[in-house]
Amino acid sequence: MNKTEAKQALMDTMEKFLALASRRLPDDVYEKLTELRDKETSPMQKVIYDAYFQNLEEAEKLKRPSCQDTGQLHYYIKAGTAFPHLDIVEESLQEATKRATMSVPLRQNTINYFEEKNTGDNTGERIPWINWDIVSGGDELEIIVYFAGGGCCLPGKAQVFKPSDGYGAIVKYVFEAVADLGINACPPLIVGVGLGQNVENAALLSKKAYLRPLGTHHPHPKGARLEKELLEGLNALGIGAQGMRGENVAMAVHIESSGRHPATLAVGVNMACYAHRRGVIRFQKDMSYEILTYRGAQL
Amino acid sequence: MKKIITTPIGIADIANLRIGDIFYLSGYLVTGRDDVHHRIVHEGLVSPYDFKDMALLHAGPIVKEGAKENVMISIGPTSSIRMEADEAAFIEKTGVRIIIGKGGMGEKTAEACKKFGAIHCVFPGGCAVTAASQVEKIETVYWRELGMPESLWVMKVKEFGPLIVSIDTAGNNMFVENKRYYAARKEEVMKPILQNVKGHMNIEQEETDK
Repeated sequence: MNKTEAKQALMDTMEKFLALASRRLPDDVYEKLTELRDKETSPMQKVIYDAYFQNLEEAEKLKRPSCQDTGQLHYYIKAGTAFPHLDIVEESLQEATKRATMSVPLRQNTINYFEEKNTGDNTGERIPWINWDIVSGGDELEIIVYFAGGGCCLPGKAQVFKPSDGYGAIVKYVFEAVADLGINACPPLIVGVGLGQNVENAALLSKKAYLRPLGTHHPHPKGARLEKELLEGLNALGIGAQGMRGENVAMAVHIESSGRHPATLAVGVNMACYAHRRGVIRFQKDMSYEILTYRGAQL
Repeated sequence: MKKIITTPIGIADIANLRIGDIFYLSGYLVTGRDDVHHRIVHEGLVSPYDFKDMALLHAGPIVKEGAKENVMISIGPTSSIRMEADEAAFIEKTGVRIIIGKGGMGEKTAEACKKFGAIHCVFPGGCAVTAASQVEKIETVYWRELGMPESLWVMKVKEFGPLIVSIDTAGNNMFVENKRYYAARKEEVMKPILQNVKGHMNIEQEETDK
């Protein structure tokens, strides 16, 4: 397969995949929402969950984006060093983004700083946002696409604490972020917590945390326990769907960490709304692909 | 039974609604968010749409624009709190009666709702295709140069909802009350977690040392 063919294949597949991922929730999220729906008892929570599920059904039927805020396109890529078409990936994703903006259609959501004018096609300075992780020796290309809407980006925050503030600072910071700001971000949320050495690696890890599939845990037992305790604690606040009092403000709390500097303890908190449009697709060398987030889906 | 309010909206239509009440809206509904508020409140521009006794939707839709007509594809509410700084002035200037969005608004808006006879309601966030299916027609668009999400889209809607009242004409504010409730529980809920992470700064002992 030559360069032109590979580019064409990636563009075509990604344009169709964006349409699918803009309307359907990943299987793990859909199942979790179904589970939480049954746990809510108040009439208002029932009205809200009924609206959620009715909307998802209509989106599927009419093949339209389930939420009008299709966000900015974020691509989190795991690229094998032996994947033969690395050089066409970036331009193909740019092009697929532009095309999908017109064909799906997606909302035009990109404004360059200082120019302050909508670019009209969802591309702009460093947008779509592409994050590369290299997999040594791998020959596959895995792309996570995430539709980063404004409402759930708004509460994101990161801060560096002193070691003397202790892990308690992390707990308080997460509670503040969710209880004060997260209530407007369309709960039930997936809360991503990044623990790092400085502000940008904590923030990046908080993103990677909420992109993790539901049901996965931090590799350290203490980390996994803190995820569980934070989830139970946040839910015990009684915030519920849409911040209108209920049993569950979050579907999950995920923590990702890196080593820290002896002098710092950095925390990032990032929230994903219930309309967690995270699509994962994996390409082989011949550009054949496997869809990981939607069982039985065809493009 | 479904409670339906039809535009134009008189004070009597909304005066008895209280936070938590649910209703649906028929008639005209017009979008306006950050830039529309900025233009009207700060730049002194006159709204090309007369909001008096009408309804405002905090939303930036996806519209399929065509030569003959514009079709509403997806239109869910956006976070109303972003408009908090300007909403009170917007209510005073325009005479708008019903403001619809997502999440709550603050004290300033609640005061203006009480003073000028307006309410704020929540349409369940993210439910954008359901909302689009309640739009019968896009009549016109103003200020299109602001970009698709920020323009004033004038829509004819039928039984748009559910709309849950979050600020009523008495100035009650559901989200402010809820926030107080959540804040009051926070310390108690955090206590055992804080206790459990207390020892986390200690160096983990090697298995052989234990």
